[in-house]
Amino acid sequence: MAEKVLMKGNEAIAEAAIMAGCRHFFGYPITPQTEVAAYMAKRMPKIGGTYLQAESEIAAINMVYGASSAGVRAMTSSSSPGISLKSEGLSYMAGSDLPAVLVNIQRGGPGLGGIRPSQSDYFQATRSSGHGDFHMIVLAPNNVQEMFDLTIEAFELADQYRMTAMILGDGMLGQVMEPVDISRGEAASNVTKDWALTGTKGQRKRNVINSLYLEAEELEMLNLKRFEKYAEVEKIARTDNYLTEDAEVIIVAYGICARIARNAINEARKKGIKAGLIRPVTLWPFPKNQLKAAAEKAKAFVVVEMSMGQMIQDVELSIRCSRPVHLCSRTGGMVPTPEAVLEAIENAAQAERS
Amino acid sequence: MEIVFQRPKALSDVSSHYCPGCTHGIIHRLVAEVLDELDLTGKTVGVAPVGCAVLAYNYFECDMAQAAHGRAPAVATGLKRANPANIVFTYQGDGDLAAIGTAETVHAAARGENITIIFVNNAIYGMTGGQMAPTTIPGQITQTSPYGRDPKYAGFPLKICETLSTIDGTAYAERVSVDSVKNVINAKKAIKKAFEYQIAGKGFTIVEVLSTCSTNWGLEPVEALTWLRENLIPYYPLGVYKDKEVF
Ligand SMILES: Cc1ncc(C[n+]2csc(CCOP(=O)(O)OP(=O)(O)O)c2C)c(N)n1
Ligand code: SF4
Repeated sequence: MAEKVLMKGNEAIAEAAIMAGCRHFFGYPITPQTEVAAYMAKRMPKIGGTYLQAESEIAAINMVYGASSAGVRAMTSSSSPGISLKSEGLSYMAGSDLPAVLVNIQRGGPGLGGIRPSQSDYFQATRSSGHGDFHMIVLAPNNVQEMFDLTIEAFELADQYRMTAMILGDGMLGQVMEPVDISRGEAASNVTKDWALTGTKGQRKRNVINSLYLEAEELEMLNLKRFEKYAEVEKIARTDNYLTEDAEVIIVAYGICARIARNAINEARKKGIKAGLIRPVTLWPFPKNQLKAAAEKAKAFVVVEMSMGQMIQDVELSIRCSRPVHLCSRTGGMVPTPEAVLEAIENAAQAERS
Repeated sequence: MEIVFQRPKALSDVSSHYCPGCTHGIIHRLVAEVLDELDLTGKTVGVAPVGCAVLAYNYFECDMAQAAHGRAPAVATGLKRANPANIVFTYQGDGDLAAIGTAETVHAAARGENITIIFVNNAIYGMTGGQMAPTTIPGQITQTSPYGRDPKYAGFPLKICETLSTIDGTAYAERVSVDSVKNVINAKKAIKKAFEYQIAGKGFTIVEVLSTCSTNWGLEPVEALTWLRENLIPYYPLGVYKDKEVF
């Protein structure tokens, strides 16, 4: 039976993680994601789990590295400046093929930036979350229900592919309150972790979790193998579409921007402009094929994002620049208004007509 | 025939990469002997550092993780919290533990994290070719203190056992040396005690082992032992700095 609870986005993430069987959370406070940690601090001791406040984000991600090495579901959460500090650990986890879930409730940057919502860590999440050749799975919720559902999915995907998976939200999604159906929470799947460090008990050869390969050929071979796996992961790429069937102007937006875009699309339709929305749910893998298919019918694209224009590069790459791609963006913690998006749609339509 | 001496079972049957005469090998052996004697290998997870001991995961017959430079105490924390029944130890050099990983070390101690740290202090960065470490003593010449460490310029060395002994969560901190047979025997006793304290759940334990780096000190192995005895021990006095059993 559906069980709806009113929750903040950040709390939904925490509750979902617990439902997914995560009993080890390591964090360090930073606005606007603190409710994730607070929720965990309250719940974990009651259910035999660990909430540990680390001395830094660097320590927190390395605690996740340790816990994940031991084979348990582990998680950490932060916001932009804290995620920068976690990049070392993320790279080591990728090099050691360790699963874990990481939450980034983004705020404006660079530097200490601000505490208002932003999407300016897109490059960091999808391109350069640490040194070396690697990727992580990046999921982008656009409401509180999805913050819950995608967090559970993130744990499943992380275990399935032995990768880190990130929930990429923003300050607004973290703070907004909405009803959530938590009966959708599923029991943890049983991926066997025969690689985990649990002690040999004299029954097997030792397990080693390691990312050091001094032989260049060996390291290259491992990187190639990892990218074969990534090619498999490409299959999980997905979008959520709205009125795209006949759309001439396609908005591409994720997270909170996608919700704003929907309002603008409704207004545009009233004015006779056939607009539609493609919302990438997975930012890595990026839904290239879905965009390529859309480019066969659409005349123009408008990318709406809260950055100086980061996802727009993926859109242009996906459609091989076969259609004009316009950017409608705010930065620094500013959220685009439906009016601004509508104007961008009108301008894109106008440019096509002339 | 009675066997009186053999390789500890916890030590792998492979040749090590350490320089000839390096005391890292002795310290590995001591840890392995203790794992054997306490029958811990099957329930132990070790954490290798970045530094000359980065390949420690090849030498111990227990499960091993390799940590980023300085982060071993945080990784050990995650391992221990995930599975408190396991015995968890880190093996770290002075650059790893006392420079880049100072925060991780101090806070693992502050939490009273029930882990054991084997801290190999050779007063120099070995692996990267002999640069000044936080533990390099005044006057000591290294690649990056070519005129000898001048505290006025480069600051003072960190005394880790002294520092950690002021922290409530530290259950046991002892400094030992492996420059002589007598000191090697003492070092083993300290390592054993640290693991026993962990088994008893007493909290954070650290054994600081004064060690040689003949390669980067530019000394013959035997001269290196003498240099350790005459220079490091006076600056870093041996002994128990914290023992929750005693204090
Ligand atoms: C983040 C990072 N910085 C620097 C290095 C390079 N590095 C490798 S070993 C080492 C020094 C290790 O010295 P120490 O911990 O004293 O151990 P020893 O080699 O003397 O046993 C450094 C700086 C690294 N691997 N990672
Ligand atoms: S460089 Fe120094 S510390 Fe490293 S193995 Fe050689 S002698 Fe030992």
